[in-house]
Amino acid sequence: MTDNTNHHDAASGADEPRERVIGTPSAADGAATATGDPHRRHEGPYPAEETHTRSEETQRKGERIAALWFLIAFLAGVGFFVSYFSFPPNADGDPSVADPGIAQLANVLLGGTLTLSLFAIGAGMTVWARQVLPHYEVSSPYDELPSSKEEKGSFSEFFMRGANESGFTKRPLMRRTLLLAMAPLGLAPIVLLRDTGPLPKDTLKSTTWEDGLHMVVEGTDRRITAADLDEVGSMVTALPESHDPEHGLSMNEQAKTVILLIKMDPQDFGPDMTQQQLDWTHDGIVAYSKICTHVGCPAALYERTTHRILCPCHQSTFDAANGAEVVFGPAHRPLPQLPVRVDDEGYLVAAGDFSAPVGPTFWDAGVED
Amino acid sequence: MSDNQAPPAPKALRGVGNFIDDRFHLAKTGEKNLRKVFPNHWSFMLGEIALYSFIILLLTGVFLTLWFNPSMAHTVYDGSYERLRGVGMSEAYASTLHITFDVRGGLLIRQIHHWAALIFVASLVIHMLRVFFTGAFRKPREINWLIGVAIFTLAIVEGLFGYSLPDDLPSGMGVRIFQGVLLSIPLIGTYLSFFMFGGEFPGEMIIPRLYMLHILLIPGILLALIAAHFMILWHQKHTQYPGKGRTEKKVVGTPMFPAFAIKAGGFFFFTFAVITGLAGFVQINPIHLFGPFTPTSITSGLQPDWYMGFLEGSLRMFPNWFDFDIGGYAIITGVLVPGLGFMGLLFGGLAAWPFVEAWITGDRRVHNVADRPRNAPVRTAFGVAGITFYGVCWLAGSNDILSHVFQINLYATTWFFRIFLILGPILAFIIAKRICLGLQRRDRETLEHGYESGTITQLPGGEFVEVHKKSSGETVHVLESAKGKDYTPEPTVDANGVESPASRKPMGRLRSRLAHWYTKDNVSFDGVEPHTGHHLHHGTHAEKEKVGQH
Ligand code: HEM
Ligand code: FES
Repeated sequence: MTDNTNHHDAASGADEPRERVIGTPSAADGAATATGDPHRRHEGPYPAEETHTRSEETQRKGERIAALWFLIAFLAGVGFFVSYFSFPPNADGDPSVADPGIAQLANVLLGGTLTLSLFAIGAGMTVWARQVLPHYEVSSPYDELPSSKEEKGSFSEFFMRGANESGFTKRPLMRRTLLLAMAPLGLAPIVLLRDTGPLPKDTLKSTTWEDGLHMVVEGTDRRITAADLDEVGSMVTALPESHDPEHGLSMNEQAKTVILLIKMDPQDFGPDMTQQQLDWTHDGIVAYSKICTHVGCPAALYERTTHRILCPCHQSTFDAANGAEVVFGPAHRPLPQLPVRVDDEGYLVAAGDFSAPVGPTFWDAGVED
Repeated sequence: MSDNQAPPAPKALRGVGNFIDDRFHLAKTGEKNLRKVFPNHWSFMLGEIALYSFIILLLTGVFLTLWFNPSMAHTVYDGSYERLRGVGMSEAYASTLHITFDVRGGLLIRQIHHWAALIFVASLVIHMLRVFFTGAFRKPREINWLIGVAIFTLAIVEGLFGYSLPDDLPSGMGVRIFQGVLLSIPLIGTYLSFFMFGGEFPGEMIIPRLYMLHILLIPGILLALIAAHFMILWHQKHTQYPGKGRTEKKVVGTPMFPAFAIKAGGFFFFTFAVITGLAGFVQINPIHLFGPFTPTSITSGLQPDWYMGFLEGSLRMFPNWFDFDIGGYAIITGVLVPGLGFMGLLFGGLAAWPFVEAWITGDRRVHNVADRPRNAPVRTAFGVAGITFYGVCWLAGSNDILSHVFQINLYATTWFFRIFLILGPILAFIIAKRICLGLQRRDRETLEHGYESGTITQLPGGEFVEVHKKSSGETVHVLESAKGKDYTPEPTVDANGVESPASRKPMGRLRSRLAHWYTKDNVSFDGVEPHTGHHLHHGTHAEKEKVGQH
């Protein structure tokens, strides 16, 4: 670069109007314009006509505003620490955010101070970019696409010579055996996944329900009698009684065995119930799997007047009076029915396993083995 | 030292610079990269929001791992949240409660993480729409578009898995639905499910495995894809909108150093501030209110995170009418089509679009100047139709809430959405295309006659007309970008009137018919010269006279 005698003017006195060559568009908010000649009176790294410098006054104002924001950011940052340490652990070691109300308060204070601090830094930097830095309209070439013919030709010649010399193209025996050697290695990681789980076999097709197994109200270990469901329209979620009262049923067992016990007027059973299905009921009490045959949500809603069971997930609707067949929605098949009877003491028990596999329908769910 | 020389670099900086350059020879490359130019337009910030929220996800996610325990082992809660003391739950849920109530700032970090996830996916979507509607996916940027589609897909999966980790009631339901969809796949579904879950649902393996995927594998792949996305972007540079000096050969904007770095830094802090502000003041995913997962109960009105809504809605809308059996083996289209098919359609369609469009138009040129959406009406209409399709699916995911709020029969809402899923996109296509063509016509008008100034003048004949004024040079540039848009590739009929062999084949015929359909309605800008129309009024009497003759 060559001389620039005006250099010091710009730095020393902002109030002195600087000599400027007019001719470049001026940026917003009174930005002064740089010179038309990129090499005269210009200090920036980019050509002057692509750099729209702000006036010294704008810059000075920008500096002050940015500094103010940074100061706010600093104070808010300190506020964050103050908020943090205002919630010391209790004497017994529990931090005092344990109470949901206090947790909420702590969250607002920590979040609020952090937000202010982050926002103020962002604001300061934006003021810096918009008022102190010049507005740039620098242009730069896009890459020429594609490479020139010569470059391409030279590359391809080089590459093919190399490939030939390496023998990869000329010696097929070696190439093919190498590819062959890769195949087992490529498969190895997939084979290693084999032990991530057991094979499905028939596990999905049966549950632990069996003849004589007592039913208990979900979440308790209270056995259910037929009299517990005396009111028509009542509905209870039930599970099999656990053989291990200490631990209760596993999640997996619950996910398969949970049922809806519904009491209806026996007159209400519709024409689509087969005799067998009617035999599986007891005095108007009918049991269906609670797990939706669509993709497995608990079909938890029962509407007593219409006898409809509604799954809240995708609104498959099953008709409890007609073997839980699908009357609306996406489910593929009815909810499986669980045969029920009453034992000698009047308790409700299962009379066998479900009529079909429970849960989301899978490819061979309908196939008997 | 001459006056115009830059001040010498401070000694320490020179030391560092030399240290690096002695080892890597970076001075030239470094300068070139610091000079990289970023076009000035707000819509280029959408991708930045995505990047910054990803960084925030990484930061907050690492904090969460310090306390989160990805175990499904049974435990009885005895932490400080009273309402759940003594309740049986998984270690995963208990540790999320611990983060919420026993770690100071833990709730904030959780909520920042969750809000950042929502904003991450949202900004990806809007960024993608910007790229789509401006044709920025065209040659040479198709590969970056594909990488973007992959990032979008993985982001949704990553979000679903993260949502599943705390093992609260809704998160467990999400996993259940995921498993139900897996099971529906013919032949391999049960195997996939058993391998993924280590047996039956829910088992004890799924959360540890989702955890590995959520904090290691998927973020790793995302990071690699995002790095590749930026390297390609860096090399090819951004597209830019039409305007003065902005050509296919030259990009105009703000250089990386010093200005863009500061702007972008400020914008990072803004993004972070907005997300933290949401996390501080707006509750998200209050897992302590939902309770631990049990496979036997559910609350109605549950809503998944917004980006899963379209899947939820499509599962609700799609009926079981098309389910069929092959020899007793069920093909469960009621799950397969909405659960996997719609996703395939969405991501597959997005991925294929640049190639389909290039095939139809035959346009294989390099494009650095972005299209204005109105100048590609068929593409724009397709995009709007796609948004409508997605939007209907998404709304259908809340049909129970809509039914409740507006007191409409639940099944009626399902039917409404089923019908609208088909009608909506068609209507949207037609309307969007119409609007584009209308805008084109107006642009041509403006180019020829200047813009309507809003000033009314009375002509000597007593007639009132609106004064048209010359558009600025910038506007003319933008409007003229419509010229030469419609690309006619090699003619299909040669000089002797003989069709080229390629276009006689069925595919060739289909292609030329599509190409015709793609552009046929465009308003021609050929031969339109700026301000050559006769409606210009500069206030001179002579010109008013001229208008009077029309
Ligand atoms: C890139 C995208 C990511 C997305 C979209 C995402 C999304 C989510 C979501 C929605 C949750 C549920 C949060 C809640 O409790 O409300 C979550 C939880 C979690 N995420 Fe992420 N995440 C991402 C990356 C990461 C990374 C990189 C890490 C760790 C290195 C991580 C660690 C965790 C942990 C430990 C949890 C469970 C703790 C909790 O739920 O409170 N995440 N994630
Ligand atoms: S899971 Fe019941 S309708 Fe989808």
